[in-house]
Amino acid sequence: MPTSRKLYGTRLRVLSILTAVVLTGGFALAAFYAPIEADQGFSQKIFYLHVPLAIVSLCGFIFGGICAIQYLRTNDPRHDLRAYTAIHQSLIFCAAALVTGSIWAKAAWGQWWVWDEPTLVSFLIVFLLYATYQPLRFSIEDPEKQSRYAAVFAIVAGAFVPLNFLAVRLANPLIHPRVLNSSGGSLPGDMKVAFYTCVVGMALLFVTLWKYEMTAKHNRAQLRSLKRKLGGPDAAAIRGRSAAPRVSAS
Amino acid sequence: MSDKLPTNGGYVAAAYLVFLAVLLVYFAIMATRASRLERELSEVNRLVDEAVEGTTADPAAPDAEPVSTGGEA
Amino acid sequence: MSAPSPPSTSAAARAVLAKELRLERRAPQTLVAMALFSAMTYVVFHFALRRDTVEGDLASGVLWVTLTLAALLGIGRLFVADRDEGGLEGFLLAPVDRTALLFAKAGALLTFLVALELVAVPLFAVLLLGPTPGPGTWLRLLAVLLLADVGVAVVGTLVAAIAVQTRARDLITSILALPLLLPVVIAAARASAPLLALHGDHALTGRWPAVLGLYDLVFGLLAYALFDFLVED
Repeated sequence: MPTSRKLYGTRLRVLSILTAVVLTGGFALAAFYAPIEADQGFSQKIFYLHVPLAIVSLCGFIFGGICAIQYLRTNDPRHDLRAYTAIHQSLIFCAAALVTGSIWAKAAWGQWWVWDEPTLVSFLIVFLLYATYQPLRFSIEDPEKQSRYAAVFAIVAGAFVPLNFLAVRLANPLIHPRVLNSSGGSLPGDMKVAFYTCVVGMALLFVTLWKYEMTAKHNRAQLRSLKRKLGGPDAAAIRGRSAAPRVSAS
Repeated sequence: MSDKLPTNGGYVAAAYLVFLAVLLVYFAIMATRASRLERELSEVNRLVDEAVEGTTADPAAPDAEPVSTGGEA
Repeated sequence: MSAPSPPSTSAAARAVLAKELRLERRAPQTLVAMALFSAMTYVVFHFALRRDTVEGDLASGVLWVTLTLAALLGIGRLFVADRDEGGLEGFLLAPVDRTALLFAKAGALLTFLVALELVAVPLFAVLLLGPTPGPGTWLRLLAVLLLADVGVAVVGTLVAAIAVQTRARDLITSILALPLLLPVVIAAARASAPLLALHGDHALTGRWPAVLGLYDLVFGLLAYALFDFLVED
């Protein structure tokens, strides 16, 4: 087997430090620099956590869909691994966005869940859809078929996201003030600075964790191939069926 | 002006705590993985030792010595 | 001496579709189950809601929940016979375009759904629906039903083709199809709510058929592009 062509761990340290600086800076700006919002008071500070989480998780889903297209085009298992990691991680970000959104709803409107907030409802649906990615992978035994079907699912789900947002948005009259406006167009300048810093920080966090995850998976695969070359017992053989893509060391 | 509004500080803290907790759970998952990686690495190390001893059975091979210690601080 | 040219995609699709319908006609299985299921669901709704008649939003909700769940039954069965009896392998051996299978299966599912609604919707009007809609309202409802059916048929075929390869076939079908069909349910339920209202002009808001049409178009194209990957090997 040839030695690895691509290392995921390169520049990981720089990325980690950058993430720490930007995300901490963003939260600090949100806490101390951005003004208290006149309508909702202090609870609007959740905005700087919730909306970046939501935006980054959506972008992660789309990235997963793009990787899935790449996989279907090239049949290269590394693209499948990328899509798998991205979707998995976006799902966790999505869950965090839902929980923080729910807390925000409680703080701002007094209820843990509001059905007439279309963005939040859309997120719940998207979360429920992507939550089936893992069970789907898990229930297909053949690894090659698993990758292929998971890729088809990732593409279909990627196309579903905007349609779903459209349908849910149309189904709800807009009652609540739209602080959730993700474009940030209605934000005053100093809020905007803090908000964009938080978005960039969150995106960096996503990329860092993704690379970290890919490095870990790659390490394991390399170690396993090394072990196999040395004639040791193959750990992969006894682990049985898995939802994760099978990775080769290259 | 802002002193008239409800502060709701607890909710804000809770939201950021959720974020922190998710990150820490991720650390825990990575910790288990790191320990598993370590265990497998030491096993590979042992396999290498056995292989080296097998090929250079005569004690005249000094190279075998530093490999076998293997452990790091 | 040249080999006979392979049948065209449309001919192959028609042949498979005819096979599906003949199978269902000779040994009615799926359709009967779907119709029975929808009738039973109306009874369940009657008791669960404690209502003798429903109208407006509630009527539309009951109708679409019933139709969606009944559609899930059809989706779950769509590829099962082919998989169990080796029909899928037979199709793959034939020198025809794989997309023909998509057309045939989506067509079969569409036919099943229309046939189901021919039974289930009049039954709903008799059993539960409060107002008796006029002919114009029926026509508008028919348009909504057809637009929704196309979307359900396309997405259902895609989901069925994925789910049939998995071990937990039924589970995967339900948890995959329900969220994917949610935009259809939203749009169709919102569109038919004013049609089933007790009072009002029974008008059809233009944006809901538009959403349904967009859904049909997007997922139709996606299914066309992706179906080949689902029937390989």
